[in-house]
Amino acid sequence: MEHITLLLAIVVVTALVFDFTNGFHDTANAMATTISTGALKPKTAVAMSAALNLVGAFLSVEVAKTISGGIINESGIRTEVIFAALVGAILWNLLTWLLGLPSSSSHALFGGLIGAAVMSAGWSSVNGGTVVTKVLLPAVAAPVVAGLAAMLATRLTYRIGAGTDEKATAKGYRAGQIASAGLVSLAHGTNDAQKTMGVITLALVTGGVLAPGSNPPLWVIVSAGMAIALGTYLGGWRIIRTMGKGLTDLRPQQGFAAQTGAATVILASSHLGFSLSTTQSCSGAVMGAGLGRKGGVVRWSTATRMFVAWGLTLPAAGLVGAGAEFLTQQGTWGVAVVAVLLIAGSGAIWLASRRKPVDHNDVMNEATDEVATGRTPVAAGGPAVAAEPAGVVTTAIAAVSPPPTATALAVPLQRSEAPDLTASPIPAPVSAVAVSDPAPVATV
Amino acid sequence: MKIDWAALGSVFGVSLVVTVALVGLFTMGVVGLARQEAAVARGGSAAPARIGAYACFALCAAAVAYGIFLIVA
Repeated sequence: MEHITLLLAIVVVTALVFDFTNGFHDTANAMATTISTGALKPKTAVAMSAALNLVGAFLSVEVAKTISGGIINESGIRTEVIFAALVGAILWNLLTWLLGLPSSSSHALFGGLIGAAVMSAGWSSVNGGTVVTKVLLPAVAAPVVAGLAAMLATRLTYRIGAGTDEKATAKGYRAGQIASAGLVSLAHGTNDAQKTMGVITLALVTGGVLAPGSNPPLWVIVSAGMAIALGTYLGGWRIIRTMGKGLTDLRPQQGFAAQTGAATVILASSHLGFSLSTTQSCSGAVMGAGLGRKGGVVRWSTATRMFVAWGLTLPAAGLVGAGAEFLTQQGTWGVAVVAVLLIAGSGAIWLASRRKPVDHNDVMNEATDEVATGRTPVAAGGPAVAAEPAGVVTTAIAAVSPPPTATALAVPLQRSEAPDLTASPIPAPVSAVAVSDPAPVATV
Repeated sequence: MKIDWAALGSVFGVSLVVTVALVGLFTMGVVGLARQEAAVARGGSAAPARIGAYACFALCAAAVAYGIFLIVA
């Protein structure tokens, strides 16, 4: 009995960690454009988003009764399966954060669940049709819908606002953008914090602590809300940079159009019965707004890396989830090994991130930004994070994923960055400094 | 496998119309205020521009309130 209690405790903590990475990963959705257009200071923006996420967690009482929305058959699910799924989702979230790529946290969770469920009960436990309608189709539809809406809105706002002083109107657009960003944060809190509450509640039910069909206890609601708010407040600055500056350059009008489009799509989709991913809607809206301005460009190299990450989310999280489930099936020591691997893997990714840290001070900094957006000729094509030595990421993946297949999976990701790695972007700012300021060169 | 094309279509249509309408309204409000400021600076008065701008903002605020209602409900 003690063994089950310990396992449950581990699952609850892991679910809260996932919730944390979820907030961390998705701050960009609400606040990236708000920060890049200067509507709010970085710290203010994440604080506001965190507060609204926390409020959102308490707002809705309708807790997700299923964590996968029918993608897998949850009737016979074991606590270990939930644990393995969470491990896959967390590691994928951290890896995409390290690479600065916005990807859907829900899809990572779905991927982990699918992998773990297949390993546990075979392919029959996965509802293939639901995977297509709930994951694959929305992944294609969300950026198209949000992008088109934001693009038309940007065109319109430039047409109506033609001939007015840009300085006089910028303040108005920024205020509007803050309102839309607030809506996105609130919606995120209600949806994604609920998801974690659902996971924890399901784990408690499968562990026999709660009666089936019961509502989550207060401590679950409070801790899930706190975890997502804390993650949001710490801010995934790498992803914020990609979304706010990496994909395109946004002016206040565009930022407002993008954020309003994203908020509308998220609310419309969740209330008209065709759920679209928040991350993918926001990324699509940002790109649409970028295309909507005359002379606006979208950096397709960054966008392509993002699309690749979306495509890999389900299989990658699934493979890690399957590997973790394979280990947990071996018994108590397997669970312990998975827990250790999770901590080691997260630690390795965090250490890798420290090589080129991005925080609120330099999130929109032009010097580092040039490298990040690949605007300098030397660093053409990839964010600064791509400059991480391939070895670090590969070892991180190798360390965290027991089956060799997961390492193989990382290869295409690495390969797509290969040109960036050879053409090291690091000299770019140095040479730029040398040109603009000859003095240090002379003294050296 | 049954894809709910009707739901997807309505999400597409509603998102498109609402986004464009809201952004358009808000832009008219912002532009109205900017014109009114410019008119005041020139010594004239532009009450209609100001009232129109406030009407636009009020409609946008109503949309935001409806959004919050949707999230809470």
